[in-house]
Amino acid sequence: MQAANSHRLTPYLFLAPAGLVLAVALLYPIGYMVYASFLDWNPSQKINEAAFVGLRNYANLLVDPAFRESLWVTIKFASVVVSLEMLLGVGLALLLDRKLRGMTLLRTLFILPMMIAPIVVGLMWRYMYHPTVGTFNRALKGLGLPPVEWLSDSNWALVSIIIADIWQWTPFIFILALAALQSLPKSAMEAARIDGATGWQQILHIKLPLMMPVLIVTCLLRLIDAFKVLEVVLVLTNGGPGLSTEILSLRIARTASEFRELGKAAAMSNYLLLFLMVLTLAMFFYSKATERRAARLRAEAEGAH
Amino acid sequence: MPEIVFEGVEKRYGAVRVLQPLDLTLADGEFTVLVGPSGCGKSTTLRILAGLETLSAGEIYFNGRPISRLDPKDRDIAMVFQDYALYPHMNIAKNMSFALRLQRRPKAEINAKVRQVASMLNIAHLLDRKPGELSGGQRQRVAMGRALVRDAGTFLFDEPLSNLDAKLRAKMRTELAEMRDRIDKNMVYVTHDQVEAMTLGDRIVVMDGGVIQQQGTPKELFEKPVNQFVAGFIGSPTMNFLKGELIEDHGRLFVAGDGYRLALGDGARQRIAATNAREVVVGIRPSSFSSRADAGSAIDLKVVVAEYLGASTVLATRCGSSDVLVELSSEELPRVGDRVSYAVKSEAIFVFDAKSGKTL
Ligand SMILES: Nc1ncnc2c1ncn2[C@@H]1O[C@H](COP(=O)(O)OP(=O)(O)OP(=O)(O)O)[C@@H](O)[C@H]1O
Ligand SMILES: [Mg+2]
Repeated sequence: MQAANSHRLTPYLFLAPAGLVLAVALLYPIGYMVYASFLDWNPSQKINEAAFVGLRNYANLLVDPAFRESLWVTIKFASVVVSLEMLLGVGLALLLDRKLRGMTLLRTLFILPMMIAPIVVGLMWRYMYHPTVGTFNRALKGLGLPPVEWLSDSNWALVSIIIADIWQWTPFIFILALAALQSLPKSAMEAARIDGATGWQQILHIKLPLMMPVLIVTCLLRLIDAFKVLEVVLVLTNGGPGLSTEILSLRIARTASEFRELGKAAAMSNYLLLFLMVLTLAMFFYSKATERRAARLRAEAEGAH
Repeated sequence: MPEIVFEGVEKRYGAVRVLQPLDLTLADGEFTVLVGPSGCGKSTTLRILAGLETLSAGEIYFNGRPISRLDPKDRDIAMVFQDYALYPHMNIAKNMSFALRLQRRPKAEINAKVRQVASMLNIAHLLDRKPGELSGGQRQRVAMGRALVRDAGTFLFDEPLSNLDAKLRAKMRTELAEMRDRIDKNMVYVTHDQVEAMTLGDRIVVMDGGVIQQQGTPKELFEKPVNQFVAGFIGSPTMNFLKGELIEDHGRLFVAGDGYRLALGDGARQRIAATNAREVVVGIRPSSFSSRADAGSAIDLKVVVAEYLGASTVLATRCGSSDVLVELSSEELPRVGDRVSYAVKSEAIFVFDAKSGKTL
């Protein structure tokens, strides 16, 4: 009896170290952060000296205009960036999904930006945005146009970081969309041609709907990533001018290091985490639901045959 | 409903030539069947006609108008694909109505048409399903339905019944035969099933290795095959082939081989006299044997197996070292192991050149 029990426990015994590492590496920091978000805690204190304030950090944040501004900037940034990147990436994929010579090289070139470290991307673009020696303003000058204050004008700064992000991340969507496109059933496309669909109609009625599952996942991945963007903005504008480009992760970093309010920073992180979790869960349940529906109908079909 | 003419149509994939230069005329309103063994180029021919595949040389004319550069949508064709090619994300009703919706036909008309075709194909209860939720045979019927709702001038079918069970296949064959008589459209039908070919085709085109072997009515192909390949392909059970030699004896022509000697008619004699063939292959259809001794020259056979099929029975017999199938009415059966002698009319004996395979 006891022998049988110990046999059954053996696998867990072997799993235990891995489980322990996971728990420590994953759950401990999250738990720490959640706990910290209930404290009024500044970095000079030990964590057990900090005062417990319950949900005050969360409540304060909801009415904090700087946080709300930052959240709004983040949402603006993420939604604009992701929609434009989806549009460009999918459009490029549709355009380049053909067998022409040199296409492989072109595709490789397209995905280069994605492989550059974000800090470097930031530095590169900062140089190009430079008010006097930057590439853009020199080009504008050459065309006889007035220069633009890319990074120091509060209306342009957000546009500038959006452009840099699009440059870096459109390739990601491009390659995923291209892969989706190339795995579509060829014969369905042929059937559409026979059925009289023009190129546009094929894209609209056949290609896009069939790519949709991949596109939705791609979009969510990008959205999650866009909400956490930091490096490029840090290097380009550091949140300025004013709060015009202070996206959430930057605000969190500043709250922790500059304003020395660790509890508040943790609460902000948790808001972000919560938001992203809702997004992820939505994605998860969406795919589960479609899967389940397909399975159910297939079972019915088999029964009816 | 154009007259379709293939003129020297050729298809190469790199260095591989899958269609030899091909000439073919499909008359207006005709039901043409392409038959041939797997890989002979039937689908390729159909896909070239549809515009899904470019041709390497030659031209196709619809009523005298060259069309090989036209897009599929400008050729006024509907097609059933060998692998169904349904739209996975649309339900069956949407699949079937796609072409009509693109043409912006009135909703009521589309619905009526879809319902009508769906009930003919027995898929009316599946209209809300997606293709992934259907069985293979159901999908095949949907593919068929998607083509049939269209009002195209030419219908192309690529083995549309291959995945149906025997009963359903027979039913669909009848439906198609009825439709062929009812509507005045060009239909080009690919199959490797010669029964389908014989029952449906106004004209049958037999292909092998990318070459048209023979074309004609089912009767022509059955009665006057131009070579051994066509003779062996058309007719069920398949024709028996025996190696033999031509012998002149007292002014009469015989063909003889291992265990048999058959007299040929005068017609055959004149035709064969024109050639100088010696080595030949004799072809006799299983149904050409008769148990009445006076019906022609006799051939001795040893019964090995009897396959009872109901009204008729197919005997597997041996003649010398070759196998010979004999189809008889079930009333006059010998027993397994018997030695029997059957008569064959001289008109029912086909003689092929052993080297070229051509009918002599
Ligand atoms: N894309 C291709 N590249 C090279 N060879 C090809 C290609 N498509 C077809 N072929 C070759 O062309 C020949 C004819 O093919 P096709 O599909 O027309 O045969 P089929 O008569 O329809 O056969 P089945 O009855 O099996 O459908 C085959 O030998 C095949 O290997
Ligand atoms: Mg085929």
